[in-house]
Amino acid sequence: MDTATICKLTAFELREKTLSGKLTAKKVVEELFAQIEEKEPLIGAYLTLDKEGALKTAEEIDARVKRGERPGLLMGVPVAVKDNICTRGLRTTCASKILGNFVPPYDAHVVERLRAEDAIIVGKTNLDEFAMGSSTENSGFKPTKNPWDVRCIPGGSSGGSAAAVAAGMAYMALGSDTGGSVRQPACLCGVVGLKPTYGRVSRYGLVAFGSSLDQIGPITKDVRDAAILLQVIAGHDRRDSTCAAAPAPDYLSTLDDPIAGVRIGVPKEYFAEGLNKEVHQAVEGTIRTYEGLGANVVEISLPHTMYAVAVYYIIATAEASSNLARYDGVRYGYRASSDGLISMYSRSRAEGFGSEVKRRIMLGTYALSSGYYDAYYLKASKVRNLIRQDFLSAFEKVDVVLCPTSPTPAFRLGERIENPLEMYLSDVFTIPANLAGIPGISIPCGFTRDNLPIGMQIMGKHFDEATLLKVARAFERETDYHLKRPGDYL
Amino acid sequence: MSIIDRKTIDHVALLARLELSDKEREIFTTQLEDILKYIEKLKELDTSRVEPMAYAAAARNVFREDEPRPSIDLEEAMKNAPSRAGDFFKVPKVID
Repeated sequence: MDTATICKLTAFELREKTLSGKLTAKKVVEELFAQIEEKEPLIGAYLTLDKEGALKTAEEIDARVKRGERPGLLMGVPVAVKDNICTRGLRTTCASKILGNFVPPYDAHVVERLRAEDAIIVGKTNLDEFAMGSSTENSGFKPTKNPWDVRCIPGGSSGGSAAAVAAGMAYMALGSDTGGSVRQPACLCGVVGLKPTYGRVSRYGLVAFGSSLDQIGPITKDVRDAAILLQVIAGHDRRDSTCAAAPAPDYLSTLDDPIAGVRIGVPKEYFAEGLNKEVHQAVEGTIRTYEGLGANVVEISLPHTMYAVAVYYIIATAEASSNLARYDGVRYGYRASSDGLISMYSRSRAEGFGSEVKRRIMLGTYALSSGYYDAYYLKASKVRNLIRQDFLSAFEKVDVVLCPTSPTPAFRLGERIENPLEMYLSDVFTIPANLAGIPGISIPCGFTRDNLPIGMQIMGKHFDEATLLKVARAFERETDYHLKRPGDYL
Repeated sequence: MSIIDRKTIDHVALLARLELSDKEREIFTTQLEDILKYIEKLKELDTSRVEPMAYAAAARNVFREDEPRPSIDLEEAMKNAPSRAGDFFKVPKVID
């Protein structure tokens, strides 16, 4: 097999080939790094690569396969990890200068899980600084390009993870999703992105942004790989007190079940003004596919949708302003030279943070400051409840909700960077799931005339990822959008 | 009427321990104003009978036994320190 063929395999296929002796983990890693050396200069998906570590792990895995040891779920699969997820001994920067030289003394829960299932960690992927952004242009180090068109952004904030998977530079990746940061870049890069239910996956070792919203999720080439990676990372962890105690079900056993009779709700508020025409057509087209599979598609209403972005930019920034208070230059991270303690804090933060992070800290601090709390944070928390109620009412009538993931396909680099509010509105369809705490998945469902990927989102009930995956997988079996890869690069 | 003025920006920057440049002060004043104006639309909703939502998942207390466990050792924990003196993090003088 040549490099391109090997790099096109899904994680599931790759593991089968490694287990049956057709490939060795070492060969896979060598071919992957050949691909990275060729594509990475164009894409810029990674902040740190660990070829040496990956080769070492691969050799250990090959020895274990030879001995016939029980293979992990990700035996020999190279995985990329977003650089806001701690990896022991491997630099973790959050794409921020303030953590430019930070080397975590411990692994995040999800990274422990990857290692326990014999995955190979390839490197750390680029993101908008501290996961704040929708284009990966807010990285403190470099922008990442979209593999389908390098003039376009890959989405964000997990843009590096999505671009790496799309360009065959990783078989799967972990991202984090606070307002759409897994689903939106997956959508714009033509891959699968899943945000699990809040509490399904431990946040231990994920650098906190908006603690009531953050959730780690898989970015993969198809839905089956997403189910496998979710299986690996889901489940209880006592180190995150918001992590659900209930064990994760077996997602793979129900993945290929028929979906006849499944009730799919299409919210009319998501097909309103501002939705790109080609996106509208592609997502509407999926309804016919689902009806053909025997699903019952009905129109529903989520009346508070239009308030979600406003609520989000209060809640997320308030939580961020509090979470990011820890970067003070005392125990780790960047420290500016200064003669007093307060000025050391203020100057370290001024020099260490980029402008979007400062803007959000300012907004969040303002919203929480004395005299404004009721008008902003409390008000937003109440409207957040109304948004959750919208979904709870909808789920009395339907099993899942279907809508676009992003109102537009990938936009050009620089196009929205000067206007923060316009950038924030990129996340209008993904934010509601974070506010309500429900799971959502983005899967490819078409291409624009310019050959840019279009994605649809399926949202489900709390802790019902199994139905979400089954419904997404049913579409994938009927179509071949998920098999397309960016032509120039593979 | 504007919501945000320079005085408010300076006060918030102090609370957030952020030293802002004159240019940042100017840009943030305009941008935060725009964002807060957009957020004003929440006022359209009557929420007098709505409970605030604090948790995305069901709120519950999480208890565990208070048992000693191994933790990260001192040397590992100090490795990322920008400045240290023995087993302590070193900072500029606080008290004269």
